[in-house]
Amino acid sequence: MQYLAPTSLDDAIGAYAGAGGAGRILAGGTDLLVQMQAGMVAPGLIVDIKNIAEVTGIEETAEGGFIVGAAVSGAALEKHAGFAAAWPGVLEGLNLIGSTQIQGRASLGGNLCNGSPAADSVPAMVAAGAILTVQGPDGRREIAVEDVPTGPGKTSLKPGEIAVSFAFPPRAVGQGDAYLRMIPRTEMDIAVVGVGVNLTLEGGVCTSARVGLGAVAPTVLLVEDAAKALIGTKLEDSALEAAAAACSAACNPIDDKRGTIAYRTRVAGVLLKRTAAIAAERSLRT
Amino acid sequence: MAKLHISTTINGEPEEFLCTPDETMLDVLRNQLDLTGAKEGCGSGDCGACSITLDGTLVCSCLMLAAEAEGKAITTIEGMAEGETLHPLQQKFLEEAALQCGICTPGMLIAAKALLDENPDPTETEVRFWLAGNLCRCTGYDKIIRAVLDTAADMRGAS
Repeated sequence: MQYLAPTSLDDAIGAYAGAGGAGRILAGGTDLLVQMQAGMVAPGLIVDIKNIAEVTGIEETAEGGFIVGAAVSGAALEKHAGFAAAWPGVLEGLNLIGSTQIQGRASLGGNLCNGSPAADSVPAMVAAGAILTVQGPDGRREIAVEDVPTGPGKTSLKPGEIAVSFAFPPRAVGQGDAYLRMIPRTEMDIAVVGVGVNLTLEGGVCTSARVGLGAVAPTVLLVEDAAKALIGTKLEDSALEAAAAACSAACNPIDDKRGTIAYRTRVAGVLLKRTAAIAAERSLRT
Repeated sequence: MAKLHISTTINGEPEEFLCTPDETMLDVLRNQLDLTGAKEGCGSGDCGACSITLDGTLVCSCLMLAAEAEGKAITTIEGMAEGETLHPLQQKFLEEAALQCGICTPGMLIAAKALLDENPDPTETEVRFWLAGNLCRCTGYDKIIRAVLDTAADMRGAS
């Protein structure tokens, strides 16, 4: 095995693409190292991308949006006051990944590219409308976060492509986001259901909404029907019930020790209502 | 496997070592540098017994490649006391019997110190959530949590 820690993105992409399927990208390593220690993967080359400024920086754009490097750790992002104020729901997702120790290293890029349907930060990023920039041997392209996972452990990244950064749009006035998940324990488990909601209230009326749903299908989902059920309403009970029903209808979960299909499907609706209430409350403060 | 030459800082002192690309920081600390305070419990980031700080951030040394230490500053449990003087957390863990077998204790102390460095006045809930990644199968958590809270109170009073 070879270890490289290039300082330029071009060098990283050249080495990674050159290694073909034997290469692995190391950001926080909280999934990769576990897979290596379990003998699930034996990379021929590890490309540590944390010495590349573009994938480890946090930048506020002139319009008030944010560009967050794919390898920024949860601990580092949490300390960025501007981002924390604008996107509390995204931080809620990131800060539920593993323990304090794990959050010291775990990144948004790794959480997304690991391809887990239960990835906590992903429904919140989907709700936020975050866009991932990837770069590979054929250049750069942008992918909406919801279009990245294609199945458990699988993504739409092409061979040789590296996740570079996430673009979060400017936080509009009257907009708020939140993320909630259900786990059987108080801490340190993976989601049975995770819901991210990002919505705008103008004069009490919901004028935009996005809903991300995790751990209830082979990939994290953007639930457009749930958003439609909220838009144009004052988030009265009937609207929340309709959005909850849309979330439950979108579920295609597994049955496992953490939750049955029936339980996960029902909880998806319950969590939608609770998450929307928090997002609405936050929208009054922006 | 060709070895990598790594220059780093450990507990405030410059340190150099050779490692293979797949060696973890935990392996190098324990097997090469004779710093055996960090323990290997699970090897998968669940138990926290291998906790260290990397440039001030709490991490699991079992989930870090040793090669990643290049140019970084690491602190381990061996760097917590100043000479013969224990850190207040270490002293309080002794006084309040917040340990039994001791496998989890180095990680608990490193994690608790990282918390108090960041938040000198944590609530009990904050301490419990912060230490959720440190597993103890002997003492139970109450005495540990109490020792951390009592240390925080003492340190606030002393400062």
